[in-house]
Amino acid sequence: MYGVGIIKGLGITMKNLALPNRQFNIYQYPDKKASPTDLAKLEEKNTLTFIFTRPVKTIRALIGLETIEERMPQDARFRGEEFAWYEQRCTGCASCAKYCPLGIIEIVTNTSGVNLQEGQSYDIDVFNIDIGRCMFCGLCVEACPYDALHMGSGFEESTYERKNLVIDMERLKKAEKNPSTWFRPQLSERKYDPIAGAKADWDEVGRHEKPTLENQQEKWAKR
Amino acid sequence: MISLSGLIDFYTFYNFFRGIFESVGLGESSAWISYLATGILLSFIVINVMIIATAFYTWFERRTLGRFHVRRGPNRHGPFGLLQPFADVMKLIMKEDTLPDEADKPVMTLAPIALVAPTLLIITVIPLSENSFLGSLNIGILFIVGVTSVNSIAIFMAGWGSRNKYAVLGSMRGAAMLISYEIPMALGITSVLLLSGSLAMTEIVKSQDIWFIAVMPLGFFVFMAAATAEMSRTPFDQIEAESELGSGYNTEFSGIKFAILFLAEFMAPIVTAAVAATLFLGGTKGFDPIPGQAWFALKMFLVIFVLLWFRATWPRLRVDQIMAFAWKGLFGLGLFNIFLVAIEIMLLSGSAGELSKSDLLIMSIVNWTITISTLLILLNLFGHKKLERPEPVPSPLANMAAEAD
Repeated sequence: MYGVGIIKGLGITMKNLALPNRQFNIYQYPDKKASPTDLAKLEEKNTLTFIFTRPVKTIRALIGLETIEERMPQDARFRGEEFAWYEQRCTGCASCAKYCPLGIIEIVTNTSGVNLQEGQSYDIDVFNIDIGRCMFCGLCVEACPYDALHMGSGFEESTYERKNLVIDMERLKKAEKNPSTWFRPQLSERKYDPIAGAKADWDEVGRHEKPTLENQQEKWAKR
Repeated sequence: MISLSGLIDFYTFYNFFRGIFESVGLGESSAWISYLATGILLSFIVINVMIIATAFYTWFERRTLGRFHVRRGPNRHGPFGLLQPFADVMKLIMKEDTLPDEADKPVMTLAPIALVAPTLLIITVIPLSENSFLGSLNIGILFIVGVTSVNSIAIFMAGWGSRNKYAVLGSMRGAAMLISYEIPMALGITSVLLLSGSLAMTEIVKSQDIWFIAVMPLGFFVFMAAATAEMSRTPFDQIEAESELGSGYNTEFSGIKFAILFLAEFMAPIVTAAVAATLFLGGTKGFDPIPGQAWFALKMFLVIFVLLWFRATWPRLRVDQIMAFAWKGLFGLGLFNIFLVAIEIMLLSGSAGELSKSDLLIMSIVNWTITISTLLILLNLFGHKKLERPEPVPSPLANMAAEAD
């Protein structure tokens, strides 16, 4: 009969409202009960200092009233913001800038540099990524011949001004290097997990690091 | 018992001001000065009370809708998110108020005011006791019907003024829909007028010995469906239709103008609930220890809750479905209801045209039977329509691999 489904739907929503034990489906930022230690870590304080300076919050946390937001589980191949860039690997070839479909990578080089891996190279003066316009396609990462540029794994980069979204070279150098394993099979082979907070140094992220003689022969002589 | 029956209305304030101005020594001109002063004071009160009520109503709506949808509503600002409306308002006021270059500026600026003014005007004729707030207007319901019809103009102004294709599309749909649904709404109201015999809201409340929802459920159904469409809420929110039109008529609005549009949109359910409670649920009538105002608030809350329930459950209808529902469904049902009620009144009423309580009881029994049977017949008639699907034709490419072998 026409209209029975309409009334059934009303019943379902009313059940949602009326039954007290319906589970809320929360996937992002579920509230987690926080201990005083967690809260102290949030305020970047020692736990003891926190207990003495914020007694009310401590008591609330012990009772179980204080909550903090937990991050959702996230894959190691997540293409996040804050690109991981290794200046020791970068030769300044500007492949990333050429491949970027939006043209948001700005790179300025001069000819006086020395690269730790390949010898003579360009010296990089400017390396800016405007992540405010980035669509995280990852073509720059695919294009990089020396595995110097990786996608990051963070996603909480909101700022008040657009200009703060331009990541410059200083910030890239200073940033914690948690490269995503997206398009980097050498990282996922090693079960590298950036979300757990593991850091990767410049000499362990490459895909053709120090080729052995057998490797060379396999590649060139045995063809 | 708390006595609130002597409601403070227009003339209380008027007499108060008249006394002051006469004692000052203004003489005869004190009459119009006190009219003016009372008008300003009362409009100030009405506007502010309605804005505060709407602010908390938005909170209530979002929280309840969250529970209906098995998610949380706003819960960050204040206890249970109670300060969320104020945060919203502050944000909207501080935002830049943009005007498109090509916009028709006076029209676009006037549109939010034209939308919110009728909604505020309606609340002045709602009876909160034996009297309504601004005195009992003897054509109260006609006033409401007239004033609500301004809505369609206001929405068209908003869409046309902002010079945006989506906005114009949304407001064109809106104008068509609002004009169509005014007719079933007027038909639903007419059936009330047949029973009450008066256009004054206070008289309509007085004549409801049995609530009119019990006397003619069909009329209530027609009225509520049309009123939901009139305030363009889900399932009739063709005007906004986020998935189709961006945001419809309010695409180009921002800042305080959008805040006022938002206000009008969320004030509409409150006002509609007040009108529906007055017309069909017996207004301030109830039993004694609880004052009439509390009864009225309770009935309003019930209607608001039901509207919210429908909003949480039903999806948006298509444009042609909406128009078909107005003209093929509600229009016919409304006329049928009027016909039914008129015949019953003619048969039952005495020589003076008065209806006693027992007459209303007989009418309600007859009407419930007829309503349920009519709806069942209609639903069964339409329910047997099945979609016929053509037989699936195998793809010519499917045999290619076999032939190649």
